[in-house]
Amino acid sequence: MKLLLELRERGQGKDMAAVVAAIPYARFLGVEVQQQGNEVITVLPFTEKLIGNPILPAIHGGVIGALLEITALLQVLYETASERLPKTVDVNFDYLRSGRAVTTYGRAIVNRQGRRVANVRSEIWQESRDRPIALSQGHYLLQPL
Amino acid sequence: MTDVDVDAEDDVQWAVPHGLAIGMVPDALPDGTPAMRLPYGEHLIGDPDTGVVHGGVITTLLDQTCGMVARPPDTPPGESAIATLDLRIDYMGPATPGRDLWATGECYKRTPNIAFVRAWAFHETSADPVATCVAAFMLGTPNTPRTADAADAPQGAP
Repeated sequence: MKLLLELRERGQGKDMAAVVAAIPYARFLGVEVQQQGNEVITVLPFTEKLIGNPILPAIHGGVIGALLEITALLQVLYETASERLPKTVDVNFDYLRSGRAVTTYGRAIVNRQGRRVANVRSEIWQESRDRPIALSQGHYLLQPL
Repeated sequence: MTDVDVDAEDDVQWAVPHGLAIGMVPDALPDGTPAMRLPYGEHLIGDPDTGVVHGGVITTLLDQTCGMVARPPDTPPGESAIATLDLRIDYMGPATPGRDLWATGECYKRTPNIAFVRAWAFHETSADPVATCVAAFMLGTPNTPRTADAADAPQGAP
């Protein structure tokens, strides 16, 4: 299966909701997309299976990382005509606040896009966009058309 | 390697709902080194074209493994939480579809407040990693149900 080529053929090349729906792990977490102009906003409704610390409770740090990474990938895909999903080379996650048992949102900015690698910054928040709960910066290997 | 009481850790790791959800289990290498093991599953796929697991899955595995080795052996989770401050992951190559992922880690420095840790994710041996990770954890955060005042407490990874 050639996911991105198929989506493009169906005229859904820029439809990031269709892309996340085709990624099993994103579907498993429950990631949704709200496109706002050129910004791909990811939405992760809270569910019990996301919990890492049941006493607080807090969302697992791995889930926070996964959402940051998915958000970065989708923004890169939206801005680039790619043959395959970008591959993560390295990524740094900073955890600012614990992830509460509510909906989490994400957005990403492509700092620089070269021919083969993109440098992308992502952030996620819950109650207020001004109070991110985690940030990431990473490099993603592109496979352009 | 840091000494870790594997039996005591078992109870902790099993109590992590997200660990259970993705199928991640505490285990040990043949030489007894504590490890986390994550069997392959279709729900973990990040690239439907290849069947390779998503990077976020590796992040969860490594975060959990780092937490396992960061926690001071004499502080049970009921008493205090540990919180991931930051985590850097380098992806050396794609995980092989269909194979279990393993991870081991070490805490190379622990101060009263902070633990500095490393971890590796691999199929066969940590000498041939799929991904490596460096992280810092905050220690000694009270593990009590959240109140309004505690809203700004750092991320509470297990």
